[in-house]
Amino acid sequence: MTIIRKKKADAATWISIGIVALIYVAVFVAEQLLPPTHMLFTVLKKGATYALVAVSMNLLNGFTGLFSLGQAGFMLVGAYTYAILTIPVAQRPAVYQYFDGGLVQFTMPVIPALICAGLIAAIFAFLIGLPVLRLKSDYLAIATLGFAEIIRAVFQWKNIGALTNGSNLLRAFPTFEDFNIRAADGTVKLYLSTLVPFLIAGVCIGLIVLLLHSSHGRAFMAIRDDEIAAEAMGINLSRHKQMAFCTSSFFAGIGGAMLAMYTASVQAKSFTSAMTYEILLIVVIGGIGSVTGSCISSFLFVACSEWWLRFLDQKQMIGDFEVPLLRNGFRLVVFSVIIMIVVLFFRQGIMGTRELPDLFRKHPKKAKAAKGGKA
Amino acid sequence: MMEKIRMLDLENVTMQFGGVVAVDSLSMHVDNGEIVALIGPNGAGKTTAFNVITGVYTPTNGRVSFKDKVIAESYPNGKMKRMYAGAHNGEYKKLITTSPDRIAYLGVARTFQNIRLFKNMTVLENVLVAHHMRMKNNLLTSTLHLTGAEEKRVCEESIALLNLLGLGDVINENAASLPYGKQRYLEIARALATDPELLLLDEPAAGMNPQETIELSRFILKIREQFGLTILLIEHHMNLVMDISDRIYVLDFGKQIAEGTPAEIQKNPVVIAAYLGEDEEE
Amino acid sequence: MFQTIFPYLLTGISVGGQYALIAIGYTMVYGILRLINFAHGDVFMVAGILMVYIVASGAPLYVSIPVVLILTALIGFVIERVAYKPLRSAPRMSIMISAIGVSYTLQNLVLYITGGLNQFYPKIPFISDSVTIFGATTKMVTVITPILTIVLVVALVLLINHTKIGMAMRAVSKDFETSQLMGIKINNVISVTFVIGSFLAGVGSILYFSNYTTVIQTSGAMPGLKAFVAAVFGGIGSIPGAVVGAFIIGICESIIKGLDVILMKAGLTKQMLGLATFSDAFTFALLIVILIAKPTGLFGEKITDKV
Repeated sequence: MTIIRKKKADAATWISIGIVALIYVAVFVAEQLLPPTHMLFTVLKKGATYALVAVSMNLLNGFTGLFSLGQAGFMLVGAYTYAILTIPVAQRPAVYQYFDGGLVQFTMPVIPALICAGLIAAIFAFLIGLPVLRLKSDYLAIATLGFAEIIRAVFQWKNIGALTNGSNLLRAFPTFEDFNIRAADGTVKLYLSTLVPFLIAGVCIGLIVLLLHSSHGRAFMAIRDDEIAAEAMGINLSRHKQMAFCTSSFFAGIGGAMLAMYTASVQAKSFTSAMTYEILLIVVIGGIGSVTGSCISSFLFVACSEWWLRFLDQKQMIGDFEVPLLRNGFRLVVFSVIIMIVVLFFRQGIMGTRELPDLFRKHPKKAKAAKGGKA
Repeated sequence: MMEKIRMLDLENVTMQFGGVVAVDSLSMHVDNGEIVALIGPNGAGKTTAFNVITGVYTPTNGRVSFKDKVIAESYPNGKMKRMYAGAHNGEYKKLITTSPDRIAYLGVARTFQNIRLFKNMTVLENVLVAHHMRMKNNLLTSTLHLTGAEEKRVCEESIALLNLLGLGDVINENAASLPYGKQRYLEIARALATDPELLLLDEPAAGMNPQETIELSRFILKIREQFGLTILLIEHHMNLVMDISDRIYVLDFGKQIAEGTPAEIQKNPVVIAAYLGEDEEE
Repeated sequence: MFQTIFPYLLTGISVGGQYALIAIGYTMVYGILRLINFAHGDVFMVAGILMVYIVASGAPLYVSIPVVLILTALIGFVIERVAYKPLRSAPRMSIMISAIGVSYTLQNLVLYITGGLNQFYPKIPFISDSVTIFGATTKMVTVITPILTIVLVVALVLLINHTKIGMAMRAVSKDFETSQLMGIKINNVISVTFVIGSFLAGVGSILYFSNYTTVIQTSGAMPGLKAFVAAVFGGIGSIPGAVVGAFIIGICESIIKGLDVILMKAGLTKQMLGLATFSDAFTFALLIVILIAKPTGLFGEKITDKV
């Protein structure tokens, strides 16, 4: 964690970097070999998206100690910004059929649009942060939740439909599938639709990790540990909280744009507070204060809900015996129970406050601290 | 002799919480290079005075200046207008407040009576945090580690400071895992890292045995020399106070009851009656 | 003009009363545990679902209503024992997360049981009947709600001010640790708080769903959040505050829902602006304004941090 260790970049760090690199290679290879409809890719794409959003939430809740529940709102802003900016001009009349083809009549490339998605979300966060960041813990939670709801309502207002398409879907913008490189005849030459989301999420999470290891990151953690002491050390609370809030929202906005790419359509209705809760639970399961934990638990969460636990939603026969209880919705019940068990009995989550390199160190000091630390 | 500068000046500072007057018309000053002690029985308002000086509380009435710059000035307003029970009402006309971080930036650092370290951070990180406000980076350059030279310098300085305070062998330990005495030193290290001119120590010797207290006395004198500090301290260990203080203020029930050199205070009958006679401190 | 606004006002008062009954649960729990019980809105929804299933099982109303209320109170009790009690000494964030987990669990459980379909709330004779007041036709429930709310609140205030358990509750909300030292059985007090809160949410659910006719697993989220806002608005921890806040929010929300019609009939606008979209947003805007202007709400007490 410290500068000293990082400067030396000990073996544990190199092993961790190696593992991450291997994962990327594995993703790339798997994509070329397995059929693109395989469940694995759904999980990987959505998992990468959720990992970014979860880490961005962890930056606030776990590292700065600001209990914010506005994540879905900022994802919504990011998703809309991305969609509005990237729908091809030719498609706009069809998408905005009730609003004369919409207001925006240009199209941006994907990467600049992603950055815009983050920036617009950060601007929203800045404006929201001005009043609400003065609030303490649970009041902050409820105020940010409230703002997310307001954003959701505003985006559905038909009077700004020329921009947002009101309560109708936004669609026809570039999705993950469009990253596949195709030959002239339309067959795919190189599959990149999973690797690209991995790269986007990887770069963003990498930036967050760098931030956490920087002077500002330390200031955030100081605020988390003791606001009064942090202030006495000359850290301007409102400015730093604002920074953390905007940064987190910036990445949540990009995450929202990625979610839009994943689902191939955007509708304000779907960015509910339930989505924020889901992300919060991912953070908790991974360990509040661990980037690695958030990433791992995102993939686990998505894999369980989309793939591994799917069987719980269907009737299963073992020989002639029909397994009781299994029908639509049972998966979520099992899921909830698992989450409650983690929340109640394994408050450290998967990783506590440890990171990947800590796993390879002989004396993981952070682990000791984690026990006494906040959950 | 160096030129005399008034580092800290409190004028009729009153701090009232609801109906309770915690600090009552306190006037005191600290000149550069001095070690001044603020003593008094428990609940006399010493820590409250510290909190007023460092901007945690806005005084109900009175004025606080640091190096001739007014950092806090207030008069009873709002609800307090009715409830105000202190003196010097109406003498101050302005409302000036300075946030704690701003005051730290101006050059006032403090430690806390009930240790307030950043518990989930390492010893070194605790000190590095204190450097943050004087670093010339912004969110972007800091994230991308573009200010490497500065980072390196700060890091080296922090390690040197920790070595000086005898914490050199624990820099990567978690702050919360340190023994109590070392936590107190770490608090001082952290305060020193903000590069202060005035250092406020709130019961630095609390929980220390006589031997450790003597070492602490020497240490305080040493850092005053080395960092050119002015020090204001709250302390119950009378040996330490009498050893190192140039002047002493005595508080009782929020009011200043005596001021003088250690020798004068020891002889002062008011102090003996009100403080030494009643209180069971050693 | 009055003829246009009156029906909305009437609905507003009724909805306000229903919010008030939920808001009391929030405010009491917050007063004692300093916890936003995110699951409270879902307890309210579960009460609605219970009613659907118990009536469907053939039980007559005079049996099913008390059974629903008792079961709801029991659910509140169980939630507290299972999900909050083990975290008594944990950081506040953990308890809040646990509350969110309970909310998630209850919603998923109901989703599983109902299959995610809208359940039709049973018609309760008399309170589902139509009635005409000052030319506005409405359901009887609209008239009953505010009256019942006031009666229950008065009873609750009497309980808190004049019984032993009420005194214990007041003591615990003032100082958790000291009351423990004084021999108050904290866990009992907390349980009673949850039982009362859930019971009132149960009553609220009968009134609310009689009006809205269908229940689904997400039905509790919005009323829950609004009731919470009402509690904050009135000054969290204060029962009269929660009630006043709930009525204000109910009325405002109802009027905003009808604002397009009102403005058009008054000749101020020529077309529908779609302002009804903002009825939910308004509640939160109000919350944020109050939190910033007067964080302790209308009747709340000031809490200062100690250094």
